Amino acid sequence: MKKWINQHLHPLKTVLTRMKRNFISTLMMCCVMGVTLSLPGVLYIIIDNLGKLAGNVQSEPQISLFLKLDISKESLANIEKQLKSNPDVSNYHFESKDDAWQELKKNAGASDVAGLLDKNPLPDAYFVNPKSIDPNTINRLQSQMQNWEGVELAQADANWVKRLDTVLKLGKKAILILVVLLAFALIAVIGNTIRLQILTQREEIEVSKLIGATNNFVRRPFLYAGAMYGLGGGIAAWIILVGIIRLFNFSVVEIADLYASNFRLEFPSLTVSIVIILSAISLGWLASFITVNRALSQFEKNTT
Amino acid sequence: MIKFDQVSKRYPKSQEALKNVSFDIEQGEFVFVTGHSGAGKSTLLKLIAAIEKPTTGTVLIGNQNISKLRKAAIPYLRRKFGVIFQDHKLLYDRNCYENVALTLYINGVTGNEAAKRVRAALDKVGLLNKEKAMPITLSGGEQQRLAIARAVVGRPAILIADEPTGNLDENYASEIMAFLYAFQQVGVTVIVATHEIPDVVKTPVKVLSLQHGELTLNSMTKGMTE
Repeated sequence: MKKWINQHLHPLKTVLTRMKRNFISTLMMCCVMGVTLSLPGVLYIIIDNLGKLAGNVQSEPQISLFLKLDISKESLANIEKQLKSNPDVSNYHFESKDDAWQELKKNAGASDVAGLLDKNPLPDAYFVNPKSIDPNTINRLQSQMQNWEGVELAQADANWVKRLDTVLKLGKKAILILVVLLAFALIAVIGNTIRLQILTQREEIEVSKLIGATNNFVRRPFLYAGAMYGLGGGIAAWIILVGIIRLFNFSVVEIADLYASNFRLEFPSLTVSIVIILSAISLGWLASFITVNRALSQFEKNTT
Repeated sequence: MIKFDQVSKRYPKSQEALKNVSFDIEQGEFVFVTGHSGAGKSTLLKLIAAIEKPTTGTVLIGNQNISKLRKAAIPYLRRKFGVIFQDHKLLYDRNCYENVALTLYINGVTGNEAAKRVRAALDKVGLLNKEKAMPITLSGGEQQRLAIARAVVGRPAILIADEPTGNLDENYASEIMAFLYAFQQVGVTVIVATHEIPDVVKTPVKVLSLQHGELTLNSMTKGMTE
């Protein structure tokens, strides 16, 4: 056990000393990783926050049936009957024009408007919750209701939330693609750095192999170097992310205040932070694993 | 301990470096492999140290056939050997101590245990006062001694030296030979490639002579005293 720990501690120490000796280039490497990783991070934060903003709005679609002002009693009863019998309707409620008028007057911002009018301009209305949230069904239902007698306007008012949802889903897909592409780029960059290190330590590798070093022994310091770059890069990405959010929040607060909202961009949660740093570490590790293995197999071809 | 049975070695696009070579080496023997340059001495040593594999024939080392050895097992076999390379193969980016310690790190020995053994090895070859020196600042003989220290610090059962006295003047050369004798005295099998056998041989030795890849002489000589 002690031997096993030593076998890992020793290369780790060696790597850290080497990194300290080449502090500037190590720092640059971490910055490159940090900037690259922070790109999808920022996108994620934006989409995540937009999603939360949209989540505050009622996301269940609703169809509003505004009735004609001069609607007859028969038509009204007819509509009521059709709503009751329609299999796509989950529930509905009726709001008379007087109730709506009272509510409008209560609403502080609109009271002036109500005061200006001497007559209630509002129609009677039904608010219908469909069973399905599938946009196609809602559209069909909407156009069906539009044709009912006595209906002035059938409006599916939650459609924009659905649209936003779809856009957010698209955004998440875009992040995924970006992450994959950037991961490739990072593997190439880290791999190249590790390759240069292998070249400068070629003699050490050759001698070590000749006097009985296993491939694991040769690999270990490079794997640690890759993981260390990843750790540095992950932390750099996190710092950049938090910095950007703080900077943005100054402006976001101003805009949100205008809308009397206390909406703020949220800082990355603990889980997100850990995911960023862990994925950076595994990227670095993977990149150097690929590079060292290629170098080792090439080296074996040259000697035996 | 080491058994060659009709071993041939051919490198790609070149002549056979070894042709049908058969011999035995017992544990604790002192062996000289002689011959002109290009006679196949280095190839023979590389086959013994499992650095190369034979083209045909079998090489048994402690009853292990190196041709049939799994790739992953080769490093562990190599740790049984202490190899002193023709060109030292010292690492010039680290001091003497670290050069010797590399062997132990590979064996998984670090810390105080490693320090003790490295100093003991350096002391044995008379370089204890130079442990912090860089190898490039050492003389040729000192570098050769450092290479010996690195080879023996892992306490190998077999010590292989390829032209250890090649570029050294006579004083240094006999000094190096004296070290090698000392290791044989404590039970280590010592195999030395050299283009000429020193005049003064203190112990019975086995001589393997190679000519153009063929074994022309396989004999024991009696030890002589000065």
